[in-house]
Amino acid sequence: MKRKKLLLTTIVAAAFVTGGIIYAADHIDTPAVTNQPTDITDLYVFRGSDPNNLVFVANSQGLMSPTASAAAKFDENTVYEFNIDKTGDNIEDLVIQCKYNAASNKMQVYGPVMPSATGTKSKLEGSVMADATVTAYGATPVIGTGTTGIKVFAGPRDDPFYFDLNRYKAILAGTATAFANPGTDTFAGTNVMSVVVEVPKSLIGATGSINVWLEAKKKI
Amino acid sequence: MNTTIKLLAFVLAGSTIIASCKKNDDMPAATVYYEQQDQMGRPAINTVFVTAATDKDAFNTTPPSAMSAVFQAKFQARLLALNAGYTTNALTQNAATFTGLLATDVLNVSTSNTTPTTFFDGTNVLTGRNLSDDVINVELLLIFGGPTGTSNPGLTNDNVNANDKVFLTTFPYVAAPW
Repeated sequence: MKRKKLLLTTIVAAAFVTGGIIYAADHIDTPAVTNQPTDITDLYVFRGSDPNNLVFVANSQGLMSPTASAAAKFDENTVYEFNIDKTGDNIEDLVIQCKYNAASNKMQVYGPVMPSATGTKSKLEGSVMADATVTAYGATPVIGTGTTGIKVFAGPRDDPFYFDLNRYKAILAGTATAFANPGTDTFAGTNVMSVVVEVPKSLIGATGSINVWLEAKKKI
Repeated sequence: MNTTIKLLAFVLAGSTIIASCKKNDDMPAATVYYEQQDQMGRPAINTVFVTAATDKDAFNTTPPSAMSAVFQAKFQARLLALNAGYTTNALTQNAATFTGLLATDVLNVSTSNTTPTTFFDGTNVLTGRNLSDDVINVELLLIFGGPTGTSNPGLTNDNVNANDKVFLTTFPYVAAPW
């Protein structure tokens, strides 16, 4: 038991070292999560092609080259959690949780559901409402649909973010005084691991504006 | 002799492992908990407004309802360090109001079926975030552009105005990888 754990730790540690070489820069520059599956790169929330639905996108593991993307994996011990505040107090009233199941190679979606506790420590709430096999690099997207109308996709995708981050850093460092024209997209040609969940608005049950934030949580 | 003892010890150790595993299997599954390591609402806020490494990690693990109390003053100091001449922005927010909004790092999303969801599209402000939104230019404009958006013209547009791939119009919307 212990030996297995130790071996796993060694493999994980090796993976992090490898990750450090591949990801010379970090998407959002957060020391504790750099090069880990819990490193969120971006959150998007928008109306679906069916305006009765909202789409939630959680991207992680930024700045992956095509080669790195082909080998990239989701982590079974990480939960990506969309938090939804419906009342304006910035405390989550609903969560949508996405967790990878390695045995089935599926991304499983829980919720939207009222969490049994709010804040930084969570457990999976209720049962799986929709799932989808992780789409392999270069393959046609696999779309899972649950009985409540939730759609889910998970796999490597182009990073939708664009920014001349290197020039911005040069400006901050005092080695440039203005952006270049044209600028250079620091994120061009790079990929992320995407989880996309489309949810009927009726399952959220809110009117007006909601507040949404994305959390990445690690098994303890 | 030595080898036999070693072998015996190995076999015994092996059976102990098996026994302990079996024992675990018979016990009811303990609840698994997950602890927060990273979070975000609006794009690039931690990157732009949080400077100290320890603060960056703290920002990622502070619940949004508690963020303003911890980070608003630091954000205001950072805003004035980035743009010493800041008075108000194009949304008529003074430094305290603007950083108060940003320090609570949540994405405001309209649930209306008619209001477009966008970070800013020239008309609608903070009603969501589309894949195509030029969020960096919006933030640069609000930080450096002054009340009319015309101040510091070299700093309000990074001149990267679109993604390097076209998005899909249907699920899953995000573009195929490189």
